[in-house]
Amino acid sequence: MNLTRISGIIFRHLAVYRSNLARLNEILLWPFFELLLWGFFGQYVGRLSALGFVVAMLLGALLLWTVFSRVQQSISISFLMELWSRNMMNVFITPISIAEYLTGLMVVGLIKVAFVTLLMSTVAWLFYSVNLLAIGLPLVPLAAALILFAWAIGTFIVGIVLRFGQGAESIAWMFAFFLQPFGAVFFPLSIYPSWLQSILWWIPLPHIFEALRAVFAGQSLPLQHVAWAYGLNAVYLLAAFMFFGMMFEKAREKGFLLKLQE
Amino acid sequence: MPEPVIEVRDLRKVFAKTVAVDGISFSVQKGEILGFLGPNGAGKTTTIAMLLGLLTPTSGTISIFGKSMPKDRQHILQRVNFSSPYTNMPYGLPVMTNLKIFSRLYTIPNAAQKISALAETFGVAHLLKRRTMTLSSGETARVNLLKAFLNDPEILFLDEPTASLDPEAADTVRSLLLKLQKERGLTIFYTSHNMQEVERLSHRIIFLHRGKVIAEGTPESVRKQHGGSLEEFFIALARSETTPPAAHSGHEEAP
Repeated sequence: MNLTRISGIIFRHLAVYRSNLARLNEILLWPFFELLLWGFFGQYVGRLSALGFVVAMLLGALLLWTVFSRVQQSISISFLMELWSRNMMNVFITPISIAEYLTGLMVVGLIKVAFVTLLMSTVAWLFYSVNLLAIGLPLVPLAAALILFAWAIGTFIVGIVLRFGQGAESIAWMFAFFLQPFGAVFFPLSIYPSWLQSILWWIPLPHIFEALRAVFAGQSLPLQHVAWAYGLNAVYLLAAFMFFGMMFEKAREKGFLLKLQE
Repeated sequence: MPEPVIEVRDLRKVFAKTVAVDGISFSVQKGEILGFLGPNGAGKTTTIAMLLGLLTPTSGTISIFGKSMPKDRQHILQRVNFSSPYTNMPYGLPVMTNLKIFSRLYTIPNAAQKISALAETFGVAHLLKRRTMTLSSGETARVNLLKAFLNDPEILFLDEPTASLDPEAADTVRSLLLKLQKERGLTIFYTSHNMQEVERLSHRIIFLHRGKVIAEGTPESVRKQHGGSLEEFFIALARSETTPPAAHSGHEEAP
């Protein structure tokens, strides 16, 4: 792994924000308006139910969901940007390895999410007097678990795009939304029918958001959920990297790297 | 006897039922300019893609600097580069930013100095702050060439380097390439459909037709063998449906 080459990928994907301010919408306006929407909704539900922590819980869930969706989209969209700009061949005829390339994309996601977290925490505090970072240390392992899962899903989607080309572009945008209804993000897992619950336990998301709700309810961090989330993440990450490796080899065998340029 | 820097043996690439490259063998000597020619669909781009590790051969071997492609991909790619009008650098970014990105991918020390020096050589210093999308075809070709020289390549692969350029811009690019090749002892492996350009640049040419090498030698020897100009030979090849016209191999040493 060469850090200079990895920094090249990071530099390339952050440079677009300096050259095209409209792209800032992705990490500025989108999370801002999402936070506004759920903040007002949370206030309304809080009044109805007289539960003071509803706003904080919803906004906390939204923050973590945004961490997941931004990181996942960052990897997928960064890869698509190389296709849109017909730069794919230029990148893959440099000595960069697949591991270095993916690492670069993952770090870009981390940088974006650090910015988004700062922005959302500030807005939540200013508009709703909610300190999202008040849950303190438990936020770190939960956010980290979401980032790992987002890397796995992002890498998997890049593999799909490699195999099926820009026709699979919509998956990059929509995959997070497909997952959202099944992630127990804004409501507990017990809402789902029991047969579905037994399936959803095999996804890291419900474990992470159940743990978040427990912390907001004043309990200590449920380590069992955290352990499950990390264990599942290890499996999903390994599977995603293997899938990407297979798709890349397939792309080299079938000539997709050349066709993607066209 | 100059040393071969590229050695290709029995290289074959099959896509489903289409044989794109059909068991070709050739070598390229250090400092040689090799024109790799043939009509559309002859297998030129497929061969270059295999030489660059973008495509896995169905069978056969590729050795560059004595190393195996794609096994030693990283070592080889650090010492070669590629330019084509059919690839772009990110068009929304300034030229300088793009060149800095590629400098990092090639781990070039003192990148800013290197870029400035090359920008003078290629006459694009005034373009460094411009967005890539605002460049003309000629300017883009020179900037792409600059990118291809960032890592001081020992072998330069060029896919139709003057395609879509007006005659003056094409001549500028050709002159630059010849100058740099002489100064650096560079090996150039390039494809072109411009037979006048081929005669001006190439020490040796290889003609491909339907994935096979059908003529090889100096431009002069190939011309003599086929009794007409290279352009006539090229057109005859492109028009022939099944068998190539009078397939020969010159197998002459590069000058």
